[in-house]
Amino acid sequence: MAVAIEVGGVTKSFGSGDAVVHALVGVDLTVNTGEVLFLMGPSGSGKTTLLSIMGCILRPTGGVVVIGGEEVSRLTEREMPRVRLERIGFIFQGFNLFPALTVQENVELALDLKGVRGGKARHRSRELLERVGLLDKATQWPTNLSGGQKQRVAIARALAGEPAIILADEPTAALDGTTGRAILDLLRELAHERGRSVVIVTHDNRALPYADRIVTIEDGRISNGEGVK
Amino acid sequence: MASLAWRNLFHDRVRLVVTLVGIVFSVVLTSVQFGLFLGFVRATADLIDRSGADLWILSRGVVNLENGIPFTERKYHQALGVDGVAEARRLTINFSTWKKPNGSDESILLMGVEPEGGLGIPWNLVAGRVEDLRQPDAVIIDELYKEKLGVTELGQVFEIQGRRARVVGMTRGIRIFTTSPAVFTTIDRARQYFGLPRDQTIYVLIRLAAGADPEEVRQSLQSRLSYVEVLTTAAFARKQAFYWMFETGAGVSVLIAALLGLVVGVVVVAQTIYASTMDHLREYGTLKAMGASNGYLYGVIIRQALISGAIGYALGILISIIVSETSLSTTTAIILPWWLLLVLFVITQVMCVAASMVSINKVTRLDPAMIFKG
Ligand SMILES: Nc1ncnc2c1ncn2[C@@H]1O[C@H](COP(=O)(O)OP(=O)(O)OP(=O)(O)O)[C@@H](O)[C@H]1O
Ligand SMILES: [Mg+2]
Repeated sequence: MAVAIEVGGVTKSFGSGDAVVHALVGVDLTVNTGEVLFLMGPSGSGKTTLLSIMGCILRPTGGVVVIGGEEVSRLTEREMPRVRLERIGFIFQGFNLFPALTVQENVELALDLKGVRGGKARHRSRELLERVGLLDKATQWPTNLSGGQKQRVAIARALAGEPAIILADEPTAALDGTTGRAILDLLRELAHERGRSVVIVTHDNRALPYADRIVTIEDGRISNGEGVK
Repeated sequence: MASLAWRNLFHDRVRLVVTLVGIVFSVVLTSVQFGLFLGFVRATADLIDRSGADLWILSRGVVNLENGIPFTERKYHQALGVDGVAEARRLTINFSTWKKPNGSDESILLMGVEPEGGLGIPWNLVAGRVEDLRQPDAVIIDELYKEKLGVTELGQVFEIQGRRARVVGMTRGIRIFTTSPAVFTTIDRARQYFGLPRDQTIYVLIRLAAGADPEEVRQSLQSRLSYVEVLTTAAFARKQAFYWMFETGAGVSVLIAALLGLVVGVVVVAQTIYASTMDHLREYGTLKAMGASNGYLYGVIIRQALISGAIGYALGILISIIVSETSLSTTTAIILPWWLLLVLFVITQVMCVAASMVSINKVTRLDPAMIFKG
């Protein structure tokens, strides 16, 4: 199976001196292409920190991160946005849509970052909205959507750059059970049918059936090896 | 797609209004104060600039028009003999007192002119003619100061230095920077009012012959006439304006107020753009996570600043132009030349962009981890 992300011996500390927090203390993890990987663990265990490092939002204090053959842990702050733009799509617990933009414009904004504009961007954004079943909401404002609809817009937006990797931090935490399952269905479909790697941080045991693999993290280290469901 | 900058700006309507009010206030305050300054400069120098003269002869040591020092008319006759001089006219200027029939006094600037000449005479007459000054006791005033001088109609009689003065004409728009309006009379009567000997004048105004070089004629006059200074009209006007604006300090306060306007603008814009950035911090963080470079984020913030600046400027200048138009019927003119409007546009935009720098700094240091919070 092809490897999408390779994490080796990654550590991350915040602050310094007496106030230093060791959020990650040596994490080894491999994310494969086309799988749905769940990252679970108690609050404060380092899930978000690990996700941020895999998403090139944070730089690890030590260790190596390789994404698509590129050793991203060696990149400078200035180079990291490019990797995010080309390879990563993020999905957030709070959706993080732009309230001043319409649903379609939210997607177009992601295309704008990629340099796709004008008629091409309109066409492409409508395609993406159709894929998540929200074409009829294209001209709506985000505030007029339900939570599940917002998260689907966020997924359409994350897909705008055709990323190989989708990183989701508690994507269903703000949704009811049925809506949450629909979102997980969508994410799983992206992994299984479109060959993307999907990493989901969750507390929600009801989500477990959607995982191909579950990794548990405790006190900044992987506690269950690389268990396969 | 409408830009994020534009949409964010119009999404927070209340904040946009606050921003615009701040910018408009700043633009109006700054432009009106600068316009006032220019109006002051014109009011101080108009009597010189509009005299029709190319050169002025004045006593050494004179620093402003209103406080001239008399010299002998021999210099006037000498000047007439210099090559390149087409016309020479005498002019006296003195502060004086204007007594109204009810007994109250007003300070005036009495201009003793040669009505038969073309130099130093009143301009823009809306009633009477310059030649009417030859009638006994005749004076010409400006209609802006009618009320101040208690004039309601032509032919009314007042007193200057205890002698009769009869209003025979009126000009329009001869503003005086000081509170003493110009009152034109003949040089002969002006000398009588003041007991100035008949062979003394305070200024000699020169008109050049066609094709004569002003600097050449100025130099040959200067070398031939002792104890006086010969200045081009532009140089004397500058000297006069500088005296009133900076040596008396009268213009400084206006300029300070103009700068204050700029400071207010920067502070308000910085505040509102900063508050807006703080409100949208999560969005900026999301943009970063989506792969936007810092440059892209700066673009959004700076565009917001520029759009606010342009709208605020347009509204502000509109108000200032109305204020300026209104001022033209008063004794204090606010002058807004096109170059001032252009400079203010650039200043406004620079101010807005500068004000957004605080926010840019904030976005640069944005902790991306915040985007994951619920
Ligand atoms: N920017 C930061 N500065 C200091 N400490 C941090 C920072 N970010 C995270 N930490 C600390 O690192 C540890 C791991 O945090 P992290 O957010 O990764 O946990 P988590 O597993 O995502 O928790 P939760 O389930 O509550 O989201 C915590 O002790 C946290 O306080
Ligand atoms: Mg977390």
